[in-house]
Amino acid sequence: MAFRRHLPIMLFGCAAAVLPLALKDPYYLGILVFIGIFSIATMGLNLLMGYAGQISLGHAAFYALGAYATGILTAKYNVHFLPALAAAIIVTAGIAYVIGMACLRLKGHYLAVATLAAGEIVFICLNASVGFTGGPSGLAGIPSIEIGGFSFDSDFKFYYLVWAVFILLFILTANIINSRTGRALRCLHSSEVAAAAMGINVTTLKVQIFVLSAVYAALAGVLYGHSVTFISPQASDLMFSVKLLTMIVVGGMGHLWGGVLGAALLTLLPEALSAFHDYELIIYGSILLVIVMFLPGGLMRGFETLYVTILKKVRGRG
Amino acid sequence: MSLLSQIIQFLFTGLTIGSIYAMVGLGFNIIYNATGIINFAQGEFVMLGGMVMVWLTTAFNLPLPAGFLLSVLIVTCIGAAFERLAIFPLKKPPVLILIIITLAGSIIFKGAAMLLWGKQTYSLPHFSGEEPLHLLGATILPQALWIIGILMAVVALLAFFFNFTIPGKAMRACSVNPVAASLVGINVKRIVLLSFAMSAGIGAAAGIAFTPIVLMEFDRGALLGLKGFCAAVLGGLGNGTGAVIAGLLIGVLESFGAGFISSEYKDAIALGVLLIVLLVRPSGLMGSREAARLKEF
Repeated sequence: MAFRRHLPIMLFGCAAAVLPLALKDPYYLGILVFIGIFSIATMGLNLLMGYAGQISLGHAAFYALGAYATGILTAKYNVHFLPALAAAIIVTAGIAYVIGMACLRLKGHYLAVATLAAGEIVFICLNASVGFTGGPSGLAGIPSIEIGGFSFDSDFKFYYLVWAVFILLFILTANIINSRTGRALRCLHSSEVAAAAMGINVTTLKVQIFVLSAVYAALAGVLYGHSVTFISPQASDLMFSVKLLTMIVVGGMGHLWGGVLGAALLTLLPEALSAFHDYELIIYGSILLVIVMFLPGGLMRGFETLYVTILKKVRGRG
Repeated sequence: MSLLSQIIQFLFTGLTIGSIYAMVGLGFNIIYNATGIINFAQGEFVMLGGMVMVWLTTAFNLPLPAGFLLSVLIVTCIGAAFERLAIFPLKKPPVLILIIITLAGSIIFKGAAMLLWGKQTYSLPHFSGEEPLHLLGATILPQALWIIGILMAVVALLAFFFNFTIPGKAMRACSVNPVAASLVGINVKRIVLLSFAMSAGIGAAAGIAFTPIVLMEFDRGALLGLKGFCAAVLGGLGNGTGAVIAGLLIGVLESFGAGFISSEYKDAIALGVLLIVLLVRPSGLMGSREAARLKEF
């Protein structure tokens, strides 16, 4: 049973393992690394938005906090990577806990604005504390990740690290979704009152899932910071939160593979369109608007519906 | 500069910025009352107002009053078009979807402004000269008085509209109970359209008056919108008087914070106030707790 449930991700893992051997161009390898990083971040946000039904417009803040935490510790204080990673996770989880305790008592619109404001405050602080974070010009010279003497210093090695982390987190997330907690989350999504009546501690559950999704974002941020060796406050701005949101909406809210699909599409899109940069905002806005208005389930659900309709037609004829 | 003149200086700066926040907050309230939607694109209307005005006055050499009226009209139409294209076609969408739609709208407006006018900052001539007035050692720009005056005009017009005209009364009826309003023959869909048009127009007026002092660029909208929202929430969401008082209060607080504490963190002040209000008293200063409990946040 458990084996069948994890079959797709295992096949996906095998494919991911052989893919770099077929790719000669390091350029594509770099793109695949970014897709992996964004997939990790969207997975957490999807858990929060798609399954628990809570919106967050401040997730870029956690992404940036993770990147800054390990970046500052390893680049400025020569701390080893693993302790720095632990510190980054603890710091981000702590901040997310405080923000979550505060914001998640709110619902709908209020929650969206509160998380947006919290994210904006992090952005302002990262910009203003120049001595610590390097201010608007960013933090440069982040070393590559080193674990037990092994250094992930090439795109090739980094690729395997990112996708290994992704697959581990995917299995973890899939297990959460199929557990008692996952059912409680979906119940929360449909009705908070009903969830509370069934004996679910609504606030605790919301805060827990918020912190977990913030940690996912922080992990993605850590990987990002060490792969490009540079991080600037830009990574924590509203636009990046919106990008993560767009990836999930495009792929499919409440569909684990949807986040991956969205991350892949929206990372490949700018590479495919050379004039993308000037139209970036309009394209993101339009995609978001069109998908939400005409295909609220995202592409994954769209494919599923299409598949079912075709299946019915074929059977009906036969 | 003596402490007294400093205080007067900060007070006037604060009231000026506060007037802008108040107008943005009023825009939030009008849409919220008619539809229950928080329009994340509200700040973009302010940006669009300023940018359209710059474009009209430089490209067509329109005189100031004509440019002002035409810019407000254009942005009003943009607001109405946004409602017709993105909000109107949906039947009873969930809150999550509505949030994403207005957010998408705000990004599209921002992107369009960037495409049309580029990334540079634009300025406008002051409405009536830049010769500052002196008051107890503080210098006050005439433009500041214009901004405060425009806020007062907007408030007076809105008060007249909501109390003495049929569409205004219909809009108030919708905010109390849309179903009952439609039962007495009010076209609720049209009121929603009107609310988007009005708040876009008010935002545009604020943007035009603000541009000569602070300059305008394509990505100004988000933060202005967020602070206007702070004003709306602090005043009690849906409460017009509350939004005006809260807007002015936030402006003054921010100005004193920038003057006496730190100018780098001044933007964080309004946001901090917002978070505190949301947590301690989500109904705001002037909203009633009982009513807040009944609303769907």
